Amino acid sequence: MAKTLDQIFVLLTHWIESFFPPAWRAAIGVVIGVAAIVVVFATLFALTTVLERKGLGRMQNRLGPNRVGPYGLFQPVADGIKALTKEDVVPFRADAMVHFLAPLIFLCAVLMGFAVLPVGRNMELVDMDAGLLFFFAMGASTELSVFMAGWSSRNKYSLLGAMRAVAQMISYEVPLVLSSVAIVMVAGTLSLPRIVEAQAGYTGIWPHWYVFTPWGFASFILFGIAAFSETNRSPFDLPEGESELVAGYFTEYSGFKFAIFFIAEYLGMFSISGIATTLFLGGWAAPFSFLTVIPSWLWFFAKVMMFIVIFIWVRGTLPRLRQDQLMNFAWKFVLPMTLLNLFVAALWRFMGEGWLRWIVCSAILLVAYVGAGRVQMRRKKFGPRSYRYAE
Amino acid sequence: MTVVFWILAVITVVGGVAAVTLKNTVHCALALTAAFAGLAFLFLQLDAQFVGFAQILVYIGAVAILVVFAILLTRGSEKPERGVFSRTWLAGLLIAAAVFAVLSWAVLSSAAALPGAGEVPAPSVSVAQIGNALMGRYVLPLEILALLLTAAMIGAVLVALHEKGVRK
Amino acid sequence: MLGEGILKGLKETARNALGSFVSEERLITVEYPEKRHPLPEANRNFPFLVFDGADWQAGLRCVACQICEKECPPKCIYIEKSKDKKPDYVGKQQFYPTRFDIDISVCMSCQICVEVCPFEAIKMDTEYELATTDRFGGLLHDREKLARSNEYYHQIHPTEASEVDGRLAEEKSKAEAKAKAAAAAPKPAAPAAAAPAVPKPAAPATAAPAGPAKTASAQAGPEAKNPTGTPTPAATAPPAQSNPASSPQAEKEGDAS
Repeated sequence: MAKTLDQIFVLLTHWIESFFPPAWRAAIGVVIGVAAIVVVFATLFALTTVLERKGLGRMQNRLGPNRVGPYGLFQPVADGIKALTKEDVVPFRADAMVHFLAPLIFLCAVLMGFAVLPVGRNMELVDMDAGLLFFFAMGASTELSVFMAGWSSRNKYSLLGAMRAVAQMISYEVPLVLSSVAIVMVAGTLSLPRIVEAQAGYTGIWPHWYVFTPWGFASFILFGIAAFSETNRSPFDLPEGESELVAGYFTEYSGFKFAIFFIAEYLGMFSISGIATTLFLGGWAAPFSFLTVIPSWLWFFAKVMMFIVIFIWVRGTLPRLRQDQLMNFAWKFVLPMTLLNLFVAALWRFMGEGWLRWIVCSAILLVAYVGAGRVQMRRKKFGPRSYRYAE
Repeated sequence: MTVVFWILAVITVVGGVAAVTLKNTVHCALALTAAFAGLAFLFLQLDAQFVGFAQILVYIGAVAILVVFAILLTRGSEKPERGVFSRTWLAGLLIAAAVFAVLSWAVLSSAAALPGAGEVPAPSVSVAQIGNALMGRYVLPLEILALLLTAAMIGAVLVALHEKGVRK
Repeated sequence: MLGEGILKGLKETARNALGSFVSEERLITVEYPEKRHPLPEANRNFPFLVFDGADWQAGLRCVACQICEKECPPKCIYIEKSKDKKPDYVGKQQFYPTRFDIDISVCMSCQICVEVCPFEAIKMDTEYELATTDRFGGLLHDREKLARSNEYYHQIHPTEASEVDGRLAEEKSKAEAKAKAAAAAPKPAAPAAAAPAVPKPAAPATAAPAGPAKTASAQAGPEAKNPTGTPTPAATAPPAQSNPASSPQAEKEGDAS
């Protein structure tokens, strides 16, 4: 019973496929999968916009939108209608072709990244040998579209925003990839379903997730930081900072094109949360062995939503980082930590089972973290400010 | 020679031609990116997954961005006054023909089974095999490449530092 | 340690978010326009004219002295004086404004008109939902729109209103005492008392119209029994017609009233 529920979507797909001649079955299966991904994640996107606005409101001692529908849950419908009916303004001297293509390429690249996510047991769209690499390749393509958007608007502020966004995304791409390489090293494969399967065992009731190891935890934090930056989310949202650059690289976009950028940004958030879940939190595996009765796809979405809540929570808490602070952080703190983490993961693998490797690995990582932190903060004085002339 | 191959080939060639004939330099860079993408999909069609995705990640994700930054930070984004074709086009054509001849001789002489392509299936190489080869047989080229990249990075940092020194 | 501040911040925001469902102080928004925040008593927006009693034209305290018009910094008040006179709350004949316009798109709520008015006739209102779609005259409030009753004034600014009522009652009793003293003066002083006796015949005749004003101030009388009431000199209203000589006498009778 639990197994049927777990595999219900796979069984449904096979049942629909059985109506068609055998030559077409693969194609039909792919079409159904693609349709399902688009529908599910677009709905999640709508839900997330309301959740974000209400969550941010509650964190800021106010209610979020609550007029449209019960508790404001139909707000995305209102937003969608607004975006669709707005006039599409393209600046006179803008490069119309590139201006038109930029949001499309952004959306396509982000949607392609969903193809390798293992949403449940046997539920990934394509099982590629180099699935993780594919995902990072698609993430890199989004940077190009950001640049296209900024440049084609013929607007200095857009261009500045686009340059900053691209610089930020490139700097954080290295820690992103390196922190996942530690996982790949230990799992021995780049294919995402197999990485999940490597974490799906239990010792007693405790799961084998990689986040519960010292190097996995450090990887997780570093991957999280890099993920915030790749999706241009607070505290790294200088490119789209409303108070700095109007809207950065999408200043000159109105109506549905802006909505496409918005959708693509949130879908990017979902896909990177999906990858983080797959790599660190065991994908569709249940946290305790007695909870495996709950279907795998439910666990996956629960973990992804938990990530989204963390995204929103951090957005409501932290102030924005300045561009040079951001780059400093990437190259001088995050990157060395990821390299050290790679070394520690290798050490873990070669030290063999036992409590010694826990202590050694944790000690190395902690000392490095505290040390690097102190080095970064040594020139900055914190504490109450004193003013020379105001007292 | 399937339909997919022809589509990808057309994309690659058109992208390449556009990259040298368009007037707006940033458009040329974007056309070059399209050519890179076509190449990447051709690799994927040959079942070389690692190379294909690495092509996207490195070329489109980094080299294209680099080209575009270089164009923007210099005066390349303005319209060229004298047209896109240089005056020494004959010499350029001869050199390009020579390079093409060398490359095609290398390709044709190595693929000895080219007429009978259907008999020998292309070996499908997995990422694990590539990793093993890099760490085993080809470890020396890998280390030399790493040294080269480190030198490039140190050079970039030095150039930036030097500018800061001059400004002071 | 690096990251400690971030964790503390995250904890605080989480407390805010979750606490906003249970405690008042973590959710300070009210859903306007269904509910409104209670405003403090001293809150003010634009001026209004006070009238005593039920008829706004007869009971309007304003005597068109035009002091507020002259003192208004952006000159948003426009007053036209009447040709005839009508009696005020103590019975004295006063002019009245046939036109009193305040342009609230110009008014800056500085309250100077209130501070300089000698007759407690103009006070600050608290109403803020004054938006209108008529852009030519909608924000020009005329006499009828500006006139509000003394009961309304008590509703919006109770402390101030009772203070004002106390002062007016004191003025009234002073004037009545003076009138009585003038009427009770010995006959040889009649020529000297001829001048103060002139308004005296008008006094009983105006007792009737002053009746409603008296009941209004009698209502305000019990409310005037606050320690900050009548005897302390409130500097804002220099009495218009009190004689400095009779003030200690009137004060005694003011305490008794």
